[in-house]
Amino acid sequence: MSSFHNLQELRHSASLANKVFIQRDYSEGTTCRFQTKFPSELESRIERTLFEDTVKTLNNFYAEAEKIGGQSYLEGCLACATAYLIFLCMETRYEKVLKKIAKYIQEQNEKIYAPRGLLITDPIERGMRVIEISIYEDRGSSGSSSGSSSVSDSTAR
Amino acid sequence: MSAVMITRKVRKWEKLPGKNTFCCDGRVMMARQKGIFYLTLFLIVGTCSLFFAFECPYLAVHLSPAIPVFAVLLFLFVMAMLLRTSFSDPGVLPRALPEEANFIEMEIEAANGNVPSGQRPPPRIRNVQINNQIVKLKYCYTCKIFRPPRASHCSICDNCVDRFDHHCPWVGNCVGKRNYRYFYLFTLTLSLLTIYIFAFNIVHVVMRSVDSGFLKTLKETPGTVLEMLVCFFTLWSMVGLTGFHTYLISLNQTTNEDIKGSWSGKNRGQNPYSHKNIIKNCCEVLCGPTYPSVLDRRGLMREDSPAFAASEGPCSLDNPVAQTTKTTAPLIPNEHTPDDVKPSIAASAEKSPSPKEDQSPAPKIPPLASPETDVETSIAKNH
Repeated sequence: MSSFHNLQELRHSASLANKVFIQRDYSEGTTCRFQTKFPSELESRIERTLFEDTVKTLNNFYAEAEKIGGQSYLEGCLACATAYLIFLCMETRYEKVLKKIAKYIQEQNEKIYAPRGLLITDPIERGMRVIEISIYEDRGSSGSSSGSSSVSDSTAR
Repeated sequence: MSAVMITRKVRKWEKLPGKNTFCCDGRVMMARQKGIFYLTLFLIVGTCSLFFAFECPYLAVHLSPAIPVFAVLLFLFVMAMLLRTSFSDPGVLPRALPEEANFIEMEIEAANGNVPSGQRPPPRIRNVQINNQIVKLKYCYTCKIFRPPRASHCSICDNCVDRFDHHCPWVGNCVGKRNYRYFYLFTLTLSLLTIYIFAFNIVHVVMRSVDSGFLKTLKETPGTVLEMLVCFFTLWSMVGLTGFHTYLISLNQTTNEDIKGSWSGKNRGQNPYSHKNIIKNCCEVLCGPTYPSVLDRRGLMREDSPAFAASEGPCSLDNPVAQTTKTTAPLIPNEHTPDDVKPSIAASAEKSPSPKEDQSPAPKIPPLASPETDVETSIAKNH
């Protein structure tokens, strides 16, 4: 299996083999949640528990951002009282959590996913619809060992 | 670093598909037809100007100076809500990029299995269970996505909008998840403002008539007649609209769902999004979190992912603007029917891969099934 030491190495020497899209889980309504089902394309690339941990942590972040409780009411009422002009100088709670999510994803990419030849794209760049995971193949290697399933997928396209 | 420099920064809003107009370098987002919005502005500003010019001096002196002050505050709040509703992103869902669209197509094909030629493939629907209620997610042929629950495609703006309520020509924009509360506050405060102006017009006419007589009063303040006319007609529609939306909010329903009768009637089932508690529903809609825009209108156009930029080092600097538009160009710009879509998909599929993509050059797009008559777009067109 190809191993990459960091994101830089990944970008310079790898070629994109396939992309997997983790869909939204609507079973609890319209709140932002992603399915924790482990996709078959990643079976040979990463351990199931690591993947599930990442998705569960992301789901927790989004739940925190969309929580309806005392703090969101306070923010809503205060903003209404100022005709929502307060948002010109203040960051909303959702935006603060989005920054935390971006940092978390970058950290996960550097520590866990890039060494395995994978890259997670922040869902906000895909309209919060999917978590896009790009699967890379080491260009230097013969390419037969890693991403054999992904090669067949790309030719099927 | 390189002799070739990017001559002009292209922001993402310039390349967004859909029929929106953007102003102030992407900060403002509206629908294309803005005529009625200008009429709304004219009516509100005009009527309030007449009120401040004719009634307020008299009332401030004879009754209380608080009257014009309160009118000014109310007027400013109404304008702030109107502009916020009209200029903000209602919750537009961006269209699927080619890889995502292909992935979904492959999933659909796998689910459908082999369809004998000559037969229509089954409609593209995904069933989801929300709170013990089966909700059908429809596939949008324009945006190439399965619409999230409560989202709908606005044919006027040519976008899928999350928690789509309706397209309001009076504010010149769609009303969706992100701007519904501003729209509601706009209708509420405009109703209050109309009632306020109407009431004080009557007070003013009565007070003046006591001194000078009715006809003379009307001659002295001609603006009053005009104001009362505008207010009278506006009052009924605005109060009615506010009442209707208050009813919808208490049930946590959208105008779109109400019109389609999604949750009314015996066979349709119950609204799975309602908390069954009026106060909780109101709090969620009006005091819920402020959702961010996922459109990123003001971001600079760049390569899709770092891998694309770095894997072909010298290439990426040659004509950066052209390449960026290729990688992020929409699959289907402003198409209405799937039949029109097929040749354009084939054409753009051949054009879109740039030298840096290592996937197979022309991804084979399976022919799209023709949809059933799309109820949502036809209803969206009606209002």
